[in-house]
Amino acid sequence: MNINLTLVAQAIAFAILIWFTVKYVWPPLLRAIETRQKEIADGLAAAHEGKNALEVAAKKSEVTLNEAKQKASEIIGQAEKRATQIIEDAKGTAITEGDRLITGAKAEIDQEINRAKEGLRSQVSALAIAGAEKILRKEIDAKAHSEILSKLAAEL
Amino acid sequence: MATNQENHELTPTEYIQHHLSFNAQGVNGNTTNEGFWTIHVDTLATSVVLGLLVMLAIWLVARKAHAGVPTKSQAFVELVFSFIDNQVKNIFHGNRHAFIAPAALTVFLWVLAMNAMDFLPVDWVAGVASLLGGEHAKWRPVPTSDINTTFALALSVWILMIFFSIKVKGFGGWIHELFCSPFGAPSFKVPKSIGGLIALLASPLLFLANFAFNIIEYISKPLSHSLRLFGNMYAGEIIFMLLGMFAASGIAGTVFGAILGAGWSIFHILIVALQAFIFMMMTVVYLSMAHESH
Repeated sequence: MNINLTLVAQAIAFAILIWFTVKYVWPPLLRAIETRQKEIADGLAAAHEGKNALEVAAKKSEVTLNEAKQKASEIIGQAEKRATQIIEDAKGTAITEGDRLITGAKAEIDQEINRAKEGLRSQVSALAIAGAEKILRKEIDAKAHSEILSKLAAEL
Repeated sequence: MATNQENHELTPTEYIQHHLSFNAQGVNGNTTNEGFWTIHVDTLATSVVLGLLVMLAIWLVARKAHAGVPTKSQAFVELVFSFIDNQVKNIFHGNRHAFIAPAALTVFLWVLAMNAMDFLPVDWVAGVASLLGGEHAKWRPVPTSDINTTFALALSVWILMIFFSIKVKGFGGWIHELFCSPFGAPSFKVPKSIGGLIALLASPLLFLANFAFNIIEYISKPLSHSLRLFGNMYAGEIIFMLLGMFAASGIAGTVFGAILGAGWSIFHILIVALQAFIFMMMTVVYLSMAHESH
C-alpha cells in the first residue's frame, strides 16, 4: 500500500484520457445532440405553425364556401327571374304573333271569299248571258245587252 | 476452486497476502520493492488498457455521431453523455463543455471500468497470471483498490482545482482567498479604546485562521476523494477473498461461498457504480468550487 511511481504514471494516463475526451469524444457528441435538439425544436415549431395555418385555411375555406353558396343562390334567383321573364316575353310574342296570323288568315279568307264571289259572279253572268243568248238568239244584239248584263252582274 | 495448485498447503494468510500484493517492478529491474521508484505493472497495465478500451469504444461511436435517428450504440452513448451532462449542469454554471463535463465523463467511465474489474473472480485472475508468469506471479485486477490510482486521480483533480482557482481569480485573488476566506479579512481602523487596540493587534490572527482552514480543506479534499474510493474497492476485494477462502473449506463452504459470493457481487454492482458516480460528482464539485469566488 505504498505510494510509488505508479501514482505518477496513473496521473499521466489520466491526463491523456481527459485530453482525448475533451478533444475527440465530447465535441462530436455535443454537436450531434445539440443539432438534434434544435431539429426537434424546429420541428415542433413547424408543426405548431402548420396547425395554425390549417386553422386559418379552414376558416378561410368556410368563408369562401359561404360566399360561393350565396353567389350561387343569387345566380339561381336571377336565372329564375330571367327564365320567367323570357317565358312571359315568349308568351306575349306568341299571342301577338297568333293574333297577327289569325288576322292575316282572316284577311286571306275574306280575299278568298271575295275572289270566289267574283268568280261566281262572272260565271253566273256568263251563264246568264249564255242562257239569254240561247233564249234570245235571234233578236237580241249581244253587244248592246252585254253591257246591261255586266251592270247587273256588278250589282250582284 | 479457491487456491492455486501449489506444492505446500496454502495458509489463509498466504492466500490473502498473495492476492493483495502487486506485481511490482522496480525501475532498476528488481522485482522487489524499490521504495518510490517502483511501478505496479498490474495496476498500470489494467487501468491503461481499460481506459483505452472505454475511451476508444466511446470515441468510435462519437466519431460517427449524427443528429438524425441514432443507432443503438449512439443512443446508449448519448444516454451516458446526457446523464453526465445533466449532473455537471446542476453543479457547475460556467462553460462546462470546455473542460469539466468531458473530464467528468472520463472520470466516470474510467473509474467505473476499473471498479468493475472487481467482478472478475480473484482466483481466476491469479490463475491466468500464474499460467503466464509462473507460480508466484501476482496480478491485482482492480486498479482502484491500489491507492496509487485513487491518489493519482485525486491529486490530478487537486492540481486542476488550484489551476482553475488561479485561472479564474488570478494568482493574487487566489492568495487573497487563501488568507481572507471563509472568515473574512480584518479591517484596520484607528482604535478608540484599549479594547479596540487589542482587537487591532489580534486581528492579523484572522489571516492565520483563514489560512489554516484553507490548508486543512486543501489537504482533506484529495484525502477524502481518494480514500473513499480506495476503501470501498479494497474492502470489496477483501470480502471476495474471504468468500474464496470460505469456498475452499469443504463442500458446504463451497456452496455457501458461491451463494454469498453471488450475493456480494450483486450488491457490489451498486457499490461499483455508486463509487464511480461519487468520485465523478466530487471531481465536478471540487472543480466548480474552484471557479467560485468567496
